Amino acid sequence: MTEPIGQNNLSPEEERAWAVIEQFEKQSADSPPSFEVLLQYVAQDLRSTSVELLTTLESLDAVDKWRVAYLGRRGSLTTVLRGLSSLNVEDRRTIGAAANDTKKTLEDRLEVRVRQINEAALALSASQDRLDVTLPGRPALEGRLHPTTKIVREICDAFVAMGFGVVEGPEVEWDHYNFEMLNIPKGHPARDMWNTLWVDYQDQSGETPMLLRTHTSPMQARIMEGREPPIRVVVPGKCYRYEATDATHEWHFYQVEGLAVGEGITFADLKGTLFEFARRMFGEERQIRFRCDYFPFVEPGVDMSIDCFACNGDGDGCRICRDSGWIEIMGAGMIHPRVLEGVGYDSERYTGFAFGMGPERIAMLKYGIDDIRHFYANDLRFLRQF
Amino acid sequence: MKVPLSWLKQYVDVDLPAKELAHLLTMAGTEVGEVQVIGGWSEVFVGLVKDVRPHPNADRLRLCVVSTGAEAMEVVCGAPNVAPSQKICFAKVGANIFDTHSGRYEILEAATIRGVESQGMICSAQELGLGDDHSGIIVLPNDAPTGTLLDEYLGDTVLDLELTPNRLDCLSVLGVAHEVAALTGKKVREPESSYQESGIPIAEQVKISVADPDLCRRYTASLLQGVKIGPSPQWLQDRLTRAGLRPINNVVDVTNFVMMEYNQPLHSFDYDLIKDATVIVRRARPGETLTTLDGVVRKLNTENLLIADANDPIGLAGVMGGANSEISNGTVNVLLESATFNGPNNRKTAQSMDLRTEATLRFEKGLRPELAPIALRRATGLIQEVAGGTVAPGIVDIVSSEGVDAPVVRLSVSTIKRMLGMEVKIEQAQETMDALGFTWETTGEGELKVTVPYWRNDVNIEEDLVEEVVRIIGYDSVPTTMISSPIPVQQPVPIMQLRDQVRDLLAASGFQEVINYPLVTLEQLEQVEQLDPSTLPLRVANPMSSDREYLRTTLQASLMANLASNQGNSAGPFRMFEAGRVFLPREGDLPDERETVSAVLAGLRHEPSWLEDESLLDFYDAKGVVEQVLDRLGVAATYEPFDHPAFHPGRCAKINAGDVALGVVGEIHPSVMSRVGLEQPQVAAFEFDLDSILSVLPESRQQFESLPRYPSATRDLSLIVPAGVAASQATELILRHRGIDRAELFDIYAGENIAEGSKSLAFHVYFQARDRTLTNEEVNRSLDGLLRTLERELNITMRA
Repeated sequence: MTEPIGQNNLSPEEERAWAVIEQFEKQSADSPPSFEVLLQYVAQDLRSTSVELLTTLESLDAVDKWRVAYLGRRGSLTTVLRGLSSLNVEDRRTIGAAANDTKKTLEDRLEVRVRQINEAALALSASQDRLDVTLPGRPALEGRLHPTTKIVREICDAFVAMGFGVVEGPEVEWDHYNFEMLNIPKGHPARDMWNTLWVDYQDQSGETPMLLRTHTSPMQARIMEGREPPIRVVVPGKCYRYEATDATHEWHFYQVEGLAVGEGITFADLKGTLFEFARRMFGEERQIRFRCDYFPFVEPGVDMSIDCFACNGDGDGCRICRDSGWIEIMGAGMIHPRVLEGVGYDSERYTGFAFGMGPERIAMLKYGIDDIRHFYANDLRFLRQF
Repeated sequence: MKVPLSWLKQYVDVDLPAKELAHLLTMAGTEVGEVQVIGGWSEVFVGLVKDVRPHPNADRLRLCVVSTGAEAMEVVCGAPNVAPSQKICFAKVGANIFDTHSGRYEILEAATIRGVESQGMICSAQELGLGDDHSGIIVLPNDAPTGTLLDEYLGDTVLDLELTPNRLDCLSVLGVAHEVAALTGKKVREPESSYQESGIPIAEQVKISVADPDLCRRYTASLLQGVKIGPSPQWLQDRLTRAGLRPINNVVDVTNFVMMEYNQPLHSFDYDLIKDATVIVRRARPGETLTTLDGVVRKLNTENLLIADANDPIGLAGVMGGANSEISNGTVNVLLESATFNGPNNRKTAQSMDLRTEATLRFEKGLRPELAPIALRRATGLIQEVAGGTVAPGIVDIVSSEGVDAPVVRLSVSTIKRMLGMEVKIEQAQETMDALGFTWETTGEGELKVTVPYWRNDVNIEEDLVEEVVRIIGYDSVPTTMISSPIPVQQPVPIMQLRDQVRDLLAASGFQEVINYPLVTLEQLEQVEQLDPSTLPLRVANPMSSDREYLRTTLQASLMANLASNQGNSAGPFRMFEAGRVFLPREGDLPDERETVSAVLAGLRHEPSWLEDESLLDFYDAKGVVEQVLDRLGVAATYEPFDHPAFHPGRCAKINAGDVALGVVGEIHPSVMSRVGLEQPQVAAFEFDLDSILSVLPESRQQFESLPRYPSATRDLSLIVPAGVAASQATELILRHRGIDRAELFDIYAGENIAEGSKSLAFHVYFQARDRTLTNEEVNRSLDGLLRTLERELNITMRA
């Protein structure tokens, strides 16, 4: 019982506490203690010295030993209550009440002391084991999609939300689909609009009909050949042109083609669809502008601009729209009746529209990229910005 | 196409500012790329040089007295060509001119040059911003009015049109005038083309025949006699110069002027050089040659259309004239040609000879045959005006059986409504047609029969007329609606979904996506692949450069190059992937475009950090990603050692699902690394064929598996395994054993305390029953059974 609870050398408080217990044990060694002795011990001496001792204990370990010593199954207080058999009922009840009161006090004090020690420990840890929270954290894995992939997805998603499907087509194409089915026969001056990379391949008649597609438009005919209207699709994919590269031209680039064919599809629907796209892509306050343009496979043909999101259409001194207030973002139009008839559609019954845009150009506008050549140079310092 | 407003105003009134006019044209389909202002000078006048004296203190300078009418001033001039009574451009003090010394526009100040004060400057073209010539001063025509502001005399505004190939009409100033008239509500003034005829009729002086009418729909000609060749009058030279053409002589200048005016290319022959006064329009004969005006001897093929005399070719029809019949200073009699040649044939000839001229630019687009005699008469009258002579009565006019009728196209308001989704009244359609110069008659309720004017070759069907209507009333007036029909059912495309899923998985695993050009060199492909010499990759017939010649058959080559070009910027980690197509040639068909995903890993395993070590990415990093991706896709894959020319022998595995090969994973072969210039100690890589993965994807949708309700029991097994046994064999055997739920390989060791020819593998093994908690005895029994199996099947024993 005299095993130290706290420090190795007994503190004065601990000595006093053991002294009280030893004295009581001595008094009750030969004969049961009297009512008075018991009451003095339980209500006064044991109580005051144990509480005094508890306040000096600094560790949870010591406090636990203290709990065992006083409140445990063989603790001092429990022992006392077991030795009451010699007393009369009334005295027993009096001592019992006093012991319970002491027990309750000790338990309350114990709880307080444990809380104090925990708080002190946390305070100490906060001051001594403080982390430098400004140090960099453990690097997490970092991977990103190519900006073209991101912007193509964004474009397609905008049209998917308007009921369009997404399909793709071959990058190596026949002249037939790339030009002829699009109302661009051999020898047509409009072929100058697409400088073509031809594949070194001769068919049996000595022609070289295989090429790297110059636009995603060949998919118009391929899609229409394969099914009946109604059709609403967008076609993302790579295109190629025999063209010198500069800050705004790449020989290898993406396009997103769009196509809607059915009964009662109008130029006004084309305007509405592209207006909705512009709002989704560039913000709901965007305005669009259609002007007349020419592509052999549409009639009427359209060049679509949005009002400049940098200067809100002001124009003056704006670098993005070069003072015009408008930014051209795609070509479009009503599908030429010869294209519809070429795939066997009745152009009196069906109408449709088509459009095509360059995702790189849209990404350049959105992110302020000044040179298209960054896209496929694959410099990680560029790619990691997106 | 450069259109000077001064010229345009000859045919149509322009009262809008140039910028507004440019906007109207642009919105209606004729894009104005630039509005170029010539002039804008202040304090610069037309001056008269009254006197030229030597400078008292300088040999190369002269003192000139220049009059502006109101005053006369003394000026120092260094130009060698200054002379008395010249009309010149005189900049007074205060003028804003280009300083050839500073290279900037500056305000001219009075200056004392070698002791004499100069009160202004006689200007060169460069000083006025009119050109680069600074070798002498500009000498103006004698009729230039002295004292006039130079801006009024020389200033102009030029619209630079960026034309689309359909709008041939706007390659001519009159065509643009018609467009401007339609957009601004003005009327076009067509030029005069009347002249006096005299002498012997042309029909008696020249025999013209068209032998190949399929290539020449109309041939017209006139004959001028007794002309005097010389420089054109200034107005004609100015017109041509401002439109970007070089004046040559009066006859040739007129043909160019009328071409710019009406679009019709014309050609003038020296009549006296045409053998037997005979002109035949015919295809070239085999072996024929012609020396064209540019001095080049052209070998002709039998699809080239010629203008020939009785014996020889004298011109390449609609492309360039022949040197043997060229107008020279001695020419007296001129045969003038205005014809309608076949567009595609003309284009083919021009392309094959790499000879794109102003004439072919127009002929190839298909000129209307009505135009030929109109332009012929205009040019004939003008030549007579500027070069004198008489015009033989009549013209030659040979029309093929195709005829010269103008296209007639139906237009109904119901079609307009059907196309545009907007009501347009018939009166509005009629007004638009009138404004554009189209004629029409009413053929029914809301329906017109429209005749297309001779300057438009791009209107042939009703939809073309709908565009005419809407572009003139303005695209802005069309309403904005959404498609009213139901949304069609959209079928997802599995390969695209798979590719996007793999992209997302790799990005989440720390990979940066790259996108490469699919054209590479054969050497690049050979470095990473064993190419089959019988089916080489597809080649581009007209590559832009030798490093972009072959269509890739693997993505690996480009990724190696990406790694090489980025390795100088950091120590890694480099984790890059590309999802793109490879192109496998097929006999007589488009190539098989296989969706492929490829990745490389190199450099540090972790971003440089005070918390991480400096270990390097290796085979097992690559394989871990491969396993994770395939696992997420629900594909059960196996890996077997594999020999691949691009990969390190002994560090490469083929990825299989059953008997389907999905791809390959490994470390790059050291010799490939050194050829590509990779500096890392090791580079790991993998490539998937997505079409193969698609073929083994589980068909049914993923199903939930209920969680075990009873605890599992764990045992650690330390096994001695013969070196030749692969870890996967041991693992498979363990997993096949009854009652074992999973096994984790947590340690591999060989060396001290392990017998030569064997290795130690340590597993955590989890025993699990679905219906009860296993007892110790049950687990131990199962374990004993496992150990017996391992020993029997693979000679694996417990480590002591």
